[in-house]
Amino acid sequence: MEKTALLEMKGITKKFGTVLANDHIDLQLYPGEIHALLGENGSGKSTLMNILLGIYKPNSGEMLYKGEKGQIKTPKHAAALGIGMVHQHFALIPTLTVAENIFLSLDHCSFILDQQKMENKIREYSEQFSLEVDPGAKVWQLSVGEQQRVEIMKLLCRNCEILVLDEPTAVLTPQEAGEMFKTLRKMAEHGKSIIFISHKMNEVMEHADRITVLKNGRVTDRMLASDADIDRMAKAVVGERDIEKITIRSKGKTGELLIDAKDLRVLNDKGLVALHDISFQLKAGEIFAIAGVAGSGQRELAEALAGLRKITSGRILMKGNEITKTNIRGRVSKGISFIPEDRLKMGLIPGMNMKENTVLKEFRGKAYSRGGILLSKAIRALTEKHVSDHDIKHGGLDLPVSLMSGGNQQKLLIAREINGNPELIIAAYPVRGLDIGATAAIHRTLLEQRNRGACVLLISEELDEIFELSDRVAVLCGGKLMGIRNTSETDYEEIGRLMSGESA
Amino acid sequence: MKIGAIRFEKKQTVSLSRKVLNPVIFILLGFVLSSVFIMANGFQPIPVFGKMITYSLLNTRGLIGSINAALPLMFCGLSVAIAFKMNLNNIGAEGQFAMGAIFGGAFALYGPALPAPLSGIVMFFLCAIGGGLWALIAAALKAYWNVNETIVTLMLNYIALLFLDYLCYGPWMAPKQTTAMTVTIPQDMYLPLIGGTSSGIFLAIIIAVLLYLFLKYTTGGYQISVIKNSLRTAEYAGIPVKKYILIVLALSGALAGVAGFVQVTGIVHRVQAQLPGGSGYTGIVIAYLSQCNPLVILLVSVLLGALQNSSAVVQIMGVPSQIVTMIQGTLMISVIAGEFFNRYRIVYYKADPESKRAEQKNNHSEQKGGAVQ
Amino acid sequence: MISFITSICAAAIVYAVSILYAAIGEIFSQRAGIMNLGIEGIMLMGAMSGFMTVYHTENLLLAFLVTILVGLLLGLAFAFLTVTLQADQTVCGMAFLIFCSGLSGFLGKSVTGIASAVKFEPIPIPGLSSIPVIGEIFFQQDIFVYLMYLVIPLSIFYIYKTKAGLMLRALGENPASLDQAGINVFAMRYGYVMFACAMTTISGACISLSYTNFWNEGMTGGKGWIAFSLVAFSRWNPAYAVLGALLFGGISILGINMQVYLPGVPSQFYGMLPYAATVVALVITTGSFRKKHSEEPAALCQKYDREDR
Repeated sequence: MEKTALLEMKGITKKFGTVLANDHIDLQLYPGEIHALLGENGSGKSTLMNILLGIYKPNSGEMLYKGEKGQIKTPKHAAALGIGMVHQHFALIPTLTVAENIFLSLDHCSFILDQQKMENKIREYSEQFSLEVDPGAKVWQLSVGEQQRVEIMKLLCRNCEILVLDEPTAVLTPQEAGEMFKTLRKMAEHGKSIIFISHKMNEVMEHADRITVLKNGRVTDRMLASDADIDRMAKAVVGERDIEKITIRSKGKTGELLIDAKDLRVLNDKGLVALHDISFQLKAGEIFAIAGVAGSGQRELAEALAGLRKITSGRILMKGNEITKTNIRGRVSKGISFIPEDRLKMGLIPGMNMKENTVLKEFRGKAYSRGGILLSKAIRALTEKHVSDHDIKHGGLDLPVSLMSGGNQQKLLIAREINGNPELIIAAYPVRGLDIGATAAIHRTLLEQRNRGACVLLISEELDEIFELSDRVAVLCGGKLMGIRNTSETDYEEIGRLMSGESA
Repeated sequence: MKIGAIRFEKKQTVSLSRKVLNPVIFILLGFVLSSVFIMANGFQPIPVFGKMITYSLLNTRGLIGSINAALPLMFCGLSVAIAFKMNLNNIGAEGQFAMGAIFGGAFALYGPALPAPLSGIVMFFLCAIGGGLWALIAAALKAYWNVNETIVTLMLNYIALLFLDYLCYGPWMAPKQTTAMTVTIPQDMYLPLIGGTSSGIFLAIIIAVLLYLFLKYTTGGYQISVIKNSLRTAEYAGIPVKKYILIVLALSGALAGVAGFVQVTGIVHRVQAQLPGGSGYTGIVIAYLSQCNPLVILLVSVLLGALQNSSAVVQIMGVPSQIVTMIQGTLMISVIAGEFFNRYRIVYYKADPESKRAEQKNNHSEQKGGAVQ
Repeated sequence: MISFITSICAAAIVYAVSILYAAIGEIFSQRAGIMNLGIEGIMLMGAMSGFMTVYHTENLLLAFLVTILVGLLLGLAFAFLTVTLQADQTVCGMAFLIFCSGLSGFLGKSVTGIASAVKFEPIPIPGLSSIPVIGEIFFQQDIFVYLMYLVIPLSIFYIYKTKAGLMLRALGENPASLDQAGINVFAMRYGYVMFACAMTTISGACISLSYTNFWNEGMTGGKGWIAFSLVAFSRWNPAYAVLGALLFGGISILGINMQVYLPGVPSQFYGMLPYAATVVALVITTGSFRKKHSEEPAALCQKYDREDR
């Protein structure tokens, strides 16, 4: 490339405590290019982008923007320079309209809001970049994909020249993702520069112009997308280390019918139908995965099975007995356990200590209380057993669990939920946000549970995880069950199609 | 957070001594702050406080008076505290107090005559039921329709006090009286005095200890604690949250009703308008200052009882009796401010490489001040 | 009969205005994410400080300004506790309730129950006030009412049509996103809390300088609480707050007047009316049997701490 770089980052280094998050990273960005930052979780991609956005201050290194040297001090400063970012968690205000959200992001606009002018501007960009957005809609009514478009629109309205997108496809169906990349391409054609962060090698190869691979805070490879192939990228992403393959995939014998759900209809928090009359059967000794983009009804399904959410119509049989109206306690005693998605909001009590968290579901049992008095010795013994069985690291049994790391919190939660050998384990995103070590440990635990003869209902948005662990997979899209497949007889493509709502 | 060269860093744990010492320091600071207002009103704080302390704490008679004044406060404090323990704001102890007194008073004045200890016991339970039922209105609205219990309990205060007012000016008013009060209750229902102190104090101690044990060692106390810390996790664990809202608020109301019992049988021996006299609000201050620990509540109640008791003596100096509420409010605000230092520690900021380590926690604040080009 | 109705309506407006300042102020504060439960006490401070000033100087304008200053100072203290020290808002509100009730009673003792020489008198507006019925209801009022005629449209316009209002609405929903955009969330919260407290003290002044012309301990008698409930009742929209205030005003004034027409019922029961009405209104408007999208600001009562992000 002969063009001069729009942005140059040189020797960027950022330390968090003793951890080196970015180690002398160089990065060039040219006008009109789509640049991919590839790497695993924790490889330093987000840190680097947060430095570009002025959220973090680097310990050393320099930046040249349009040939001028300087440091970006604040997000506001970055915005003024024309650098903007779409974060993984959108910064939209749900109760406001699209236009109002965009007004908010503008630094310079008249004190009295000119709705008409804004709507025209949005329509103009919509057409130019085929970025369909309804300016008058309230954000809470929009799908995740539409919300992402609003975020991109915000950056366009601010006349950003560099757009950074953090894992933009994580929340999208493959088809939506395709649309989004088309939009990005159009923007690049209009001279905007785009950086997107990803850990998916296929999409990087397909949609980027150039690729920079990070590992452990260092640049391990740089290539043109046209020169890239999976082997080369994989080597740069993972390094020489072999990924620990989970080998206890020895298929246990799938047992008898455990759960028979018929025509389940469930409402979401807004009172809208979240599950449209879905039916499925779960068998003992299998891992049954639920795939789908975020917000397709997974949470409602899990909560309905666990007894936390009312079932509007339809019924659930467990070993032939109706449990549709059985409350949570009844279901727990029948052997249903639940690992919820956001462990600190539901599942654990962050402000209470390990013992109190351990006994949450069993404190009524004879072993842990007599006549309403808690038996603290028995509770301590149970907690210590969990700690040693699952290798949980902690600062003390009497300290609040909020002080533990995410991985250890999750291990404690799972230890509690599999205690007493439940027959059905509902696991919602059990490894989200955890490091590789904890992830492997938890996956192993789930497989052990299956081999023991329990049924694991695994909700995940990572197809890799689903294909690696599950025996069967059901796909949800917009609250409808698109199909159920044996994992060994299907592939990513088919599941992807189902996730986007195309019936097979 | 950073102010000038001082930075505040979050603490992860708080030592027990710090937990105890902190409120004590800030209670003292609260008195200093109160002095400012006392001076603003044209009085000398040191003689005022001196008089108050010598009158209400440093002699037997005063101390007895203070403990008697503290008696209803203890129950109001326990009432507010048990609700706080589940994140419920019962600021209606005042009204529940009144309702307890009305229920118990109705029995004592117009009910069937029963032999001595039995009549007292019946009255005790009637007072508790009166307060409990009154709180149950707010509890039911909260449990079933999620209506803000703070406002409802408060509104019910005004209604209960007006009702008490109506009774004492109307059908219950003692003949040939000009003030709004009933005749005295039968003498055999008086709580016995032990060396001048009302024996109600033993009732308070027993109930406080029972509450303490209940909260600390039982499954009920454990469930209350889970609900307080995480409502969603409580629902997830199958804890009947609605039932607990009803039980805890009713219990809270019942305790305030018992305050009515001790006030009527132990102190004034009759029912009168404005009987609670702000004890319900003082209960809020007590519960907060004691961090809802039932045993500490007993002690703090005596302190605030002494404050109340001593208002009579400073009135002779011309100091308005409202000094009591003013000091209570100041103490509470001061201790609230002091809580901050339980959560944060002060770090002096130096621009050397050492401080870079702390920086990661605090990146955002850095941009404002410390960015170097 | 007509004169009875007009006088009731006029009185209802006076009552409504005396709680509306506080209610609108609290709407701003809650939209900024800070709930101030201490309104009742702060109102008392306003009533007391305004009356004291008039009593000693007979200068109404000065009294008005002193009232606002007291409100701003109390707001500063409240914001310091809840925004900077991140103390629990409910507990702080209760502390302010007790502190302000006590302090107003303490400082105001010397002037308790004495009438002041001057008070805000009704100023009939030339022309408009002579319109039959309407003129008497709306245009023979005092300055607090006329000022409210300006406050209502301005506050609605500010919240829904200006950039600052948009930022305010966003602040109560998601302070982190404003902070990311480089807006000083803390300063905004300080500003709105102080504004709300000043509005609340104006309500208090309205009671001691226009509604009556004396000061008495606890004279607001729950009006602060009614104003507070009005906020949820109004779904954080000043327009509905106006309707609610008129409703409560009407009920209270009717109650007072009914004593004349139905003397058989003890006065205490009429006195209970506004409080009972508040509970009923609160149940109807906020009870969860309404399956509607809640309009409560999502960040209300949530302390905002950058490090927790």
